Amino acid sequence: MELTGADIVVRSLRDEGVEYVFGYPGGAVLHIYDAFFRQDQVKHVLVRHEQGATHAADGYARATGKPGVVLVTSGPGATNAVTGIATAYMDSIPMVVISGQVPTALIGNDAFQEVDNVGITRPCVKHNFLVKDVKDLAETIKKAFYIATTGRPGPVLVDIPKDVTAQKAEYHYPKTVSIRSYNPTTKGHPGQIKKAVDLMLSAQRPMIYTGGGVILGNAAGQLIELTRLLGYPITNTLMGLGGYPATDKQFLGMLGMHGTYEANMAMHHCDVLIAIGARFDDRVTGNIEKFCPTAEIVHVDIDPSSISKNVKVDVPIVGAVDVVLRDMIRLVKESNRQPDQDALGEWWKQITEWRTMDCLKYDRDSAIIKPQYVIEKLYEVTGGDAYVTSDVGQHQMWAAQYYKFDQPRRWINSGGLGTMGFGLPAALGVQLAHPDATVACVTGEGSIQMCIQELSTCLQYQLPVKVINLNNRYLGMVRQWQEFFYQGRYAMSYMDSLPDFVKLAEAYGHVGMHIEKPGDVEGALKEAMALKDRLVFMDFITDQTENVYPMIPAGAGLNEMILV
Amino acid sequence: MRHIISILLENEAGALSRVAGLFSARGYNIQSLTVAPTEDPSLSRMTLVTSGSEEIIEQIVKQLNKLVEVVKLVDLTEGEHIEREMMLIKVRAGGEFRSELKRLTDIFRGRIIDVTPTAYTVELTGTGDKLEAFIEAVGEGTILETVRSGVSGISRGDKALHV
Repeated sequence: MELTGADIVVRSLRDEGVEYVFGYPGGAVLHIYDAFFRQDQVKHVLVRHEQGATHAADGYARATGKPGVVLVTSGPGATNAVTGIATAYMDSIPMVVISGQVPTALIGNDAFQEVDNVGITRPCVKHNFLVKDVKDLAETIKKAFYIATTGRPGPVLVDIPKDVTAQKAEYHYPKTVSIRSYNPTTKGHPGQIKKAVDLMLSAQRPMIYTGGGVILGNAAGQLIELTRLLGYPITNTLMGLGGYPATDKQFLGMLGMHGTYEANMAMHHCDVLIAIGARFDDRVTGNIEKFCPTAEIVHVDIDPSSISKNVKVDVPIVGAVDVVLRDMIRLVKESNRQPDQDALGEWWKQITEWRTMDCLKYDRDSAIIKPQYVIEKLYEVTGGDAYVTSDVGQHQMWAAQYYKFDQPRRWINSGGLGTMGFGLPAALGVQLAHPDATVACVTGEGSIQMCIQELSTCLQYQLPVKVINLNNRYLGMVRQWQEFFYQGRYAMSYMDSLPDFVKLAEAYGHVGMHIEKPGDVEGALKEAMALKDRLVFMDFITDQTENVYPMIPAGAGLNEMILV
Repeated sequence: MRHIISILLENEAGALSRVAGLFSARGYNIQSLTVAPTEDPSLSRMTLVTSGSEEIIEQIVKQLNKLVEVVKLVDLTEGEHIEREMMLIKVRAGGEFRSELKRLTDIFRGRIIDVTPTAYTVELTGTGDKLEAFIEAVGEGTILETVRSGVSGISRGDKALHV
């Protein structure tokens, strides 16, 4: 059957099983939009800004494990999408972005709304394509999905000139594709896994450290089994929260710059470190010279370039985390060996002592709302069962510290790129994927204003996201660094002339709430959650001077935290 | 340390900029880079000369392998290999120096490929060291222009980089 390029795009998406496309129309993609108009199988979500489209698709992908799909026009449509593409790239989120391009004959001509999309996105995509022949279109889209979702996932961009969307070709969507130069490893090397298990079982002071790879690789089940089998302490990175149940007694909390005292101390003093699907990011390691000085390190990752990039490891294993963990579990069981229970008992005794520091304590009797208190109440009111998205800054760290995630894909935030403006559009994507779930967007008055226009999208698609705005009138994380490292010179971190967020929410057709007293926090949250079919914007006026603790200052080791 | 990395990559538009972009984005250094199609028109062969610590070279190799268009690569400096570079050099050749330059070219097994009353253009092939030795022997003041191809390399023996 001959179809136009535009119809091929939409049919390919349908045959790929795509549910939602997040996009914004424009000249170069008008043929594609017309093809959308003539079908009702792939649903299109009209955002208010292309950055919102990428974050919404990203949130959808993180919450479901399926690739997020974005459609934008050429020029500014594509450049607006770049922040969201880079966000997905840094956190290895599967995403396919289809961008319009000026007609083939005009490429390179500085045509209206022309930009080199392939060139501009090259450093922040896993791969990208420019389709110059309509005959290649369906196969290229298949390749894009294949590359985006396999190996270490990531965004893939397909740039399509307008004339290609008008030309016709025989439509055939391939079921599978193979690319000779792209063959991700899944199975770990058996010898290396054996070596790792031997080392793990001989540990005196073991520590398991896992990251976003466990979430992306759907390996939480295997991780829980192995961790319980060994009885070892475990910590998650910011991206790895939910990979292991936060309420479990073996869980030490998040590690890193704002990690718990016990997690960071256990990292520093361990003798065997088992790193799984984590990449030794600078926010995790602190000063690399002082990182885990006494540890032998096992590192499991699907991306060979993540291994020994920042920290030299002793037993590298390249493979899919679920597959490798399954092999490890089998080997531990077959070995008939037990970890040294005396040593392990001593180690847990030490950890219990560290835990008594109660590093996440804060003033619960404060007359001003403490941001931590709002998150704790949010956790209670939602029964720990919400999908929580966040923006970037202090509120993000408090959400990570005080909301206990027991399941993967519940905590959705921009960890790698740290993109302010991520939270609300991401929440929109999550809510579409899970219409009946509670989706809370924890944000601040700084971040929320970076993509606030998506409140309009939420109204159009009736998405009852609950916005938790921790409003301290400051760009809080900037203010905190200025307090600690710039002798309190608060340069441009105070936000004057903030909007009345209640009126703003109402203007967008939503419910707004203003909460000033600690005593009103719980009631307000309950009231908002009861409004099941409405978006509620809760503006919590919080303590302006509150800081995120513990904190590892730049250049310090994990054992050199600033505590409250 | 200096490394010569030989890469087979898809002969597609944009493949070269992906490699070049990787090096600039991650701050790796490129001393020379050559690329041309192979006997299989779907593949290009690139020779890249870089330098760095063992850790950096390991990362470079891993990052290159991650590029979707890279089919296969080998670090030639890990084994026995041959490297060659070609130079075209235009030298002022007048008076007594004209015959001296002819002799020098013969000693270095170069060829004079263009002649004018005042200049010779010499073609010379060899390792980078040899080309530099010739430049030094000729003397900087007399050189009008040089152009070098960048290093090409191949492993010794039966080993071959192919798909």
